[in-house]
Amino acid sequence: MGGQQYLRQFLADRWALAGAGTVIAFLLIALLAPVLTALSGQDPYTYHLDALDDTGRPLGFGGGISTEHWFGVEPLTGRDLFAIVVHGARTSLLVGLAATTIAVVIGVVVGITAGFFGGWYDRLLSRVIDVLYGFPFLVLMIALGAIVSARFPRTWLVIIVIGAFGWPTIARVVRGQTLSLKSRTFVMASTAMGAGSVQVLTRQILPHLSVTIIVYTTILIPGLITTEAALSFLGVGVPAPTPSWGRSIGEGIGWVQTDPMFLIFPGAALFLITLAFNLVGDGLRDVLDPRKGAAVR
Amino acid sequence: MRTARFLAGRLAGMVVVLVVISLVTYALFLLLPSDPAQMSCGRPCTPENLAIASEFMGFDQPWWRQYLEFVAGIFQGRSFGSGPAAVHCSAPCFGYSFQLNQPVTQLIWARIPVTFSIAVGAAVLWLVLGVALGVLAAVRQGTLVDRSAMAFAVAGVSAPVYLLGLLGILLFGFTLDMVPVSGYVPFSESPLDWLWHLVLPWCVLALFTSAVYARLTRGQMIEALEEDYVRTARAKGLSEPKVIGRHALRNVLIPVVTVFGSDVGQLLGGAIITERVFSMPGLGSLLLSAVGQGDLPLLLGVVLFAAFLVVLANFAVDVVYGLLDPRVAQTQR
Repeated sequence: MGGQQYLRQFLADRWALAGAGTVIAFLLIALLAPVLTALSGQDPYTYHLDALDDTGRPLGFGGGISTEHWFGVEPLTGRDLFAIVVHGARTSLLVGLAATTIAVVIGVVVGITAGFFGGWYDRLLSRVIDVLYGFPFLVLMIALGAIVSARFPRTWLVIIVIGAFGWPTIARVVRGQTLSLKSRTFVMASTAMGAGSVQVLTRQILPHLSVTIIVYTTILIPGLITTEAALSFLGVGVPAPTPSWGRSIGEGIGWVQTDPMFLIFPGAALFLITLAFNLVGDGLRDVLDPRKGAAVR
Repeated sequence: MRTARFLAGRLAGMVVVLVVISLVTYALFLLLPSDPAQMSCGRPCTPENLAIASEFMGFDQPWWRQYLEFVAGIFQGRSFGSGPAAVHCSAPCFGYSFQLNQPVTQLIWARIPVTFSIAVGAAVLWLVLGVALGVLAAVRQGTLVDRSAMAFAVAGVSAPVYLLGLLGILLFGFTLDMVPVSGYVPFSESPLDWLWHLVLPWCVLALFTSAVYARLTRGQMIEALEEDYVRTARAKGLSEPKVIGRHALRNVLIPVVTVFGSDVGQLLGGAIITERVFSMPGLGSLLLSAVGQGDLPLLLGVVLFAAFLVVLANFAVDVVYGLLDPRVAQTQR
């Protein structure tokens, strides 16, 4: 199948297409966050105590929704919720995509070298992957945040920690594919013609892995976005006042009854972006991996 | 004999993994710049006081010495300091929290029932629900039932536990007033209240993961239904429920059990998040308070304990799996 046919097949999948549209919309929102908040005349940091009653609960309908505050305001501080959600998209995507990049780089390097070189090196790495697979990461991530020096920028710490633990799936898949590619004639021919290991890996094997890498990267992104949200929800992720959907949801615990809208907006944003990436990932897998596609649909 | 060898091999593998995990975790925690003695030294902290505190806690030793003492403590207990001020931590000692003045094991032990109640109940629910839904979707492939089950699966995968939990609290707790919205009641105190407080957490945690299992089961089931042995079973004239329940399902469950093994760690993470949503005093709140206090021995103890737990659970799954499927034990050296 050629690239065009893949594209046509992907475009025929309505759900995947809707997912792709949503992802693009969120990317635009994240990029244009300052413009959007300038339009609404708000920012995610300014307190609006006049929008709250004595208990810190937003005044008015739906958590203080008004022409000024499109999504209402945050309880206790009165910060503009629309601005928080829109800027939260930046945090979410920055952390999610940066962590995914780290995870994919580690995963591909580990997987491709383990599959290609084999022997004790492969056995060792495969064992490491097995162990990491079932490891209770969340526990370790929470603890790591506490012992790393407070001077280290927290957002980058979150990115590095999530990325450093996100690679086993990709490594396992890439290793499997490399193993089967290794015995194909074009690889053997290249080796016979005197190509070195590095050259065979980067020129012959890596291009054939690109499809797999793309699919698994897309599937990984939503998982890592929710990991950031989970850490921030628990209060050990991206630090205040940087807007984060997860932290807003966490702070919403105490307001579920009195101000549910404070939970709904960031929650819906998080759900939508995760769902969108999952739909795109599923669609890509169906198109690019026909055997699996047949089993799923 | 073969089974014994299989078990021995797995046991040895588990011990190696435990040693490596604890060694790496220990090194990571102690090599990163942090000073637990400093934190509990008090103000004003003179260098003499700091040295005394550090020596008392054993943090003046090189990290590998501390590790060896930690391991020894697990088997035979250990003492910190000497003379009348000494504190004893009996085996199995996972360290001593100098800020709370209690052995870590004791602290963990007090919280375990909460986390276990959440995790085990949710695991049962998610396996049963996931497999049932997956089988249903596979059997009714392409119909409305199938499509709604799969839509539920995709949506379930995308909805984080805490979001579901809070929406659940809003709907079933506050609006419908059916279940309590927070807290934990020990089973020994009132089994009924225990159950009542856990129903919503279980559903919330299981809904999310059962979706993954539904997808997995469905895919495996569809493949299994095309196998020769299923055709044979049908040709023998077995009823469809028997073909699926007795023949196909057994083979479908093998990969499901494998995936379950690697999800135990995730289950623990999910339980920690669920605890926070429902304000339950489990391992998660212990861990988070240790983070807030900078209580290094407690952090280390909880991380290692969680890792040990997961490795043990994986070992159990491995063994069950090996015993269920004779082929596994045979191919092992």
